[in-house]
Amino acid sequence: MSFKQKLLDLFKRIEKVQVGGGEKAIQKQTAMGKLPARERIKSLLDHNSFHEYDLFVEHKCDDFDMDKKKLPADGVITGTGSILNHPVGIFAQDFTVAGGSLGLMHARKITKIMDHCIKMGIPLIGINDSGGARIQEGVNSLAGYGEIFYRNTLASGVIPQISVILGPCAGGAVYSPALTDFVFVVDKISKMFITGPEVIKTVLGEEISMEDLGGAKVHTEITGNAHFYAESEIECFNQIKKLVSFIPWNNRKKADPVQSRPPRPSYNVETIIPHDPKKPYDVRDVIKSICDDSDFFEIQERWAANIVIGFARMNGDTVGIIGNQPLVLAGVLDVDSSDKAARFIRYCDAFNIPLITFVDLPGYLPGVDQEHAGVIRHGAKLLYAYSEATVPKITVILRKAYGGGYIAMCSRHLGADFVFAWPTAEIAVMGPEGAANIIFKSEIAEASDPNEMRKIKVAEYTEKFANPYIAAANGHVDSVINPAETRDFLIHSITVSRNKTETRSYKKHGIPPF
Amino acid sequence: MSTTQIKSLVIDDSVYETALTKKFANRKSYKPVDPKRIEAFIPGLIQKVFVKMDEKVKRGDKLLILEAMKMQNNVLAPIDGVIKVVPIEGTVVKKNELLIVLE
Repeated sequence: MSFKQKLLDLFKRIEKVQVGGGEKAIQKQTAMGKLPARERIKSLLDHNSFHEYDLFVEHKCDDFDMDKKKLPADGVITGTGSILNHPVGIFAQDFTVAGGSLGLMHARKITKIMDHCIKMGIPLIGINDSGGARIQEGVNSLAGYGEIFYRNTLASGVIPQISVILGPCAGGAVYSPALTDFVFVVDKISKMFITGPEVIKTVLGEEISMEDLGGAKVHTEITGNAHFYAESEIECFNQIKKLVSFIPWNNRKKADPVQSRPPRPSYNVETIIPHDPKKPYDVRDVIKSICDDSDFFEIQERWAANIVIGFARMNGDTVGIIGNQPLVLAGVLDVDSSDKAARFIRYCDAFNIPLITFVDLPGYLPGVDQEHAGVIRHGAKLLYAYSEATVPKITVILRKAYGGGYIAMCSRHLGADFVFAWPTAEIAVMGPEGAANIIFKSEIAEASDPNEMRKIKVAEYTEKFANPYIAAANGHVDSVINPAETRDFLIHSITVSRNKTETRSYKKHGIPPF
Repeated sequence: MSTTQIKSLVIDDSVYETALTKKFANRKSYKPVDPKRIEAFIPGLIQKVFVKMDEKVKRGDKLLILEAMKMQNNVLAPIDGVIKVVPIEGTVVKKNELLIVLE
């Protein structure tokens, strides 16, 4: 063959494989509101930036007539490209080819990209859309999954790992996303579960639809397995691009700074907190009143809503923000909110992102269900995460900071670098009502009018203790500040801690209360 | 966050105005476990029953075999007692269905 003929032959081979499962299968996919795999990659990555690898990889299985089956690209598209002009590694499973099922070569294509990303220090994005293990390949598909999970773990904390669930992701397969940093789901398209509805019906007699068992809403509202919810794939891709703009490309870098912008004037830091300390407000209003352009990129918005986490920028630099949410469950800490915040703290610590914590909570949520669910063990995760973190830690006590909650929300004692308090802060061992009932129990009981005595004692306690000044007198708080100056104090603290280093005793790693 | 209706929540004698989550609103209230009532811990088939009505049993005695998840699960007596309710071999039971009552 001449050079020209060989070139044409190559184009023919490429075309043959790139058609995937064929026109009919692609139409079935789009009828469900799902983009074909290559379209997804094109939409997510920068224009024309995608370079595909392993297009011609073929499976080696010959059980169950598999040797007679040709599976284009073995059902997964892998390669590198760029987002915001920076390299990323990507894989996208192709549901039109054998249901996107995972066989050994399919998995090896993925692990090759994973190894590349770890070596090159670039983020890994995985688009999951697969029926699961390729049964015909037997234990080799299990081997494939194992090799992927192992690398998810090796890459964890080294490079950002993003999972996008754009189809079924069931059985063992779902552990890969679970090991990654951020999971994106799309309503009516994402399905994640370990055992599916059929098995549940057969073994337990319980009937439930795929959507109700493991759809996007379930994982963003109930299980906390997913971090971002979208109503379409395009919306999802925009969310991914926004997330990527906040985080560094690997753990040896800081996030790229952008131009500083002031907060929007509609958020006035002085008018957000109500006079009555028992009335709620949305802590996100406080966050938006101090961060650049009032742009707060919230994570896991609908799960454990009594704590708020997300990324923002202060003077152009990415920061991780955590805040108790008085609008939901009075902002208490409980099993889920402790888990939510602890994992986010560790993410920021792994990727050099400073932490800003806003405190307003009355304590932990009481209840037998919380105790029996292990609030002790889960609450301890938050203490562990804050103490372990060596990124700059800045705390702003807005209002209530009672008891264990005061300690857990990045207090000075857990290594906060800067602790500021608003004049509205109440740093005390307990709320005035509870405290008065305990400390002045006998006085109240012996009084001629116990209710009146209780009111007097509560007022006394409030006057003496429900403020930041005792904590300030002890140096637990660095400054009691004018709320209008919060943004200034935060920017200054971040600038001062730019080159922070903190040495710790050598250890392989600690034993956090998993 | 499901409901933006402001309700009240009491923490340490203080009453806070706040929204509640679905999970919190739907939480099960605690019921102590009654060792005299033995319920099926999993749906399955009563494969074999070893005791009769009015029979005396000691703690740890095998009462029946509940077949579920491809396993034969031995159900043992948690306390000493006398059998007052006993299931029929071959019955398919749901989760938490009452199997045996002791006195």
